Amino acid sequence: MSILGRNVLPLTVHASVLAPDWPWGFWSHMIIFVVIVMAFVILMAMGFIWFERRVISRYQIRIGPNRIGPFGLLQPVADVIKILIKEDIVPLNVDKIIHLLAPAVAIIPAIMVFAVIPFSNGASLVDLNIGILYIVAISSISIVGQVMAGWGSNNKYALISAMRVIAQVVSYEIPLALSIIGVVLFAGTLSMNGIVQQQSIPFILLQPLGFIIYFLASLAEVNRTPFDLLEAEGEIVAGYNIEYSGFKFALFYLTEYTEAIAISTIITTLYLAGWKGPFLPPVLWFLIKVFAVFTLIIWVRATLPRLRIDQVMGFAWKFLLPLAFINLLITGVQVVAWPDLSQWVIVAVNIVLSAVLIVAFSRMFRTKGDKVEA
Amino acid sequence: MGQVIAFWVFAVAIIGAALGVVLLKNVFRAAVLLVACFFGVAGIFILLSADFLAAMQILIYIGAISILVILAIMLTREVAFGSPSNKFQIPAFIIAALFCTGVIWAILNTQWQISSVAPGATTTSGLGVKLFSKDGFILPVEILPTVLLATILGAIVLVKDRKK
Repeated sequence: MSILGRNVLPLTVHASVLAPDWPWGFWSHMIIFVVIVMAFVILMAMGFIWFERRVISRYQIRIGPNRIGPFGLLQPVADVIKILIKEDIVPLNVDKIIHLLAPAVAIIPAIMVFAVIPFSNGASLVDLNIGILYIVAISSISIVGQVMAGWGSNNKYALISAMRVIAQVVSYEIPLALSIIGVVLFAGTLSMNGIVQQQSIPFILLQPLGFIIYFLASLAEVNRTPFDLLEAEGEIVAGYNIEYSGFKFALFYLTEYTEAIAISTIITTLYLAGWKGPFLPPVLWFLIKVFAVFTLIIWVRATLPRLRIDQVMGFAWKFLLPLAFINLLITGVQVVAWPDLSQWVIVAVNIVLSAVLIVAFSRMFRTKGDKVEA
Repeated sequence: MGQVIAFWVFAVAIIGAALGVVLLKNVFRAAVLLVACFFGVAGIFILLSADFLAAMQILIYIGAISILVILAIMLTREVAFGSPSNKFQIPAFIIAALFCTGVIWAILNTQWQISSVAPGATTTSGLGVKLFSKDGFILPVEILPTVLLATILGAIVLVKDRKK
């Protein structure tokens, strides 16, 4: 194979669940898994929207949607149909091209994350050997779509929201990536399936501090409560998508839930041993764990109030970032110095260390009453 | 065959986007095209089996640098009327044309070393060894961020409120 007269060696793509005994090898694998991934994303998003509304209702001592279908299960279907037949309103002075492209730029990377998620042993669209790095990279593109929406809407509230998105996401990306490195050090591989295969005990036990940092940072990354400053209704009306209606708004809404599902699946894969588990089939274990993590996210949303902007930024830079560095240092020392030590000793040491560090740092980290730091 | 098609798609996309970055009056659209340009470069990296570099290209150039450029643009007024041309238009064009000719001439007349070894299944560990082994490149890589840090500190000192 040659490009401009130079020899180029073929790419090595590791896709091996269905290929090579299926017809067309790679292509049949790709088409089937694209369908699986899209179906997974859309169905899980609709299911989780229903589930979140019902569970939040429980926390708030009301009933929630229960009229359409059994237990209100068809409510998201009705919502989708309603939103699809709405009028698509484009305000007069918006930047038309940017306004049109923004939802697509936001949703495509959010779905692309699922390409490397292993649903079962080796059952992913591609098992890239830079798996988790690919996820961190691709998911950082979504913010471009949100910023395009904020700018292209020609609306000052949307613009403020977009700037909040930038400040928040760029800050939280650092502790997020640093906490992932801890997992990678223990697993010795970046491949998502490889990380699952390395977990004889779930990494949440080996990396309790890393798990907490990753969980909080990823909540901020996908703008879930208590970090949903970009859509603080009391301050900036509705967020970067204020000028969107109909199908375009639906795409932004779907992006938010896709990202929430994505972090549930990533946490499942990195910290909860992915598809591994006794008795039940691997796919079922995977879904159960994703479901559990998503329930935890809803629980956080139902429990905690929204933070102030200076609290959010201070939390990233003064609390999560130093802890992430310390976690990385501890993990590095353990991997290099005690390679032969029993994992359970490391588990005990790390849980005690995490508890001490978190208590110590929460003593040191105080947001100052009502004063907003300049 | 597929790789050749992919190469040309990326190449045309990169050059088109780069021309847009330079020629468009609207600075925000130019910044968005800059993102597209960086994305195309990541695609070329993947074609060269440099998967780690591709991920880093997206993470650093799109996830951090472009976003900060866009943030700076958002803080600017009258973006839609953009950068009007001034009297340096023709001298700038001449210098750019000369530079471009020089670069193209240099590229065409260089004997590039082409390795016939198959690319490794993973490039990440190779890069890690190059960085952190005994005679690795860790020192120059550490010096560069020091320069960047000094620049950031300088910027902070420059814009600091003197009244306090």
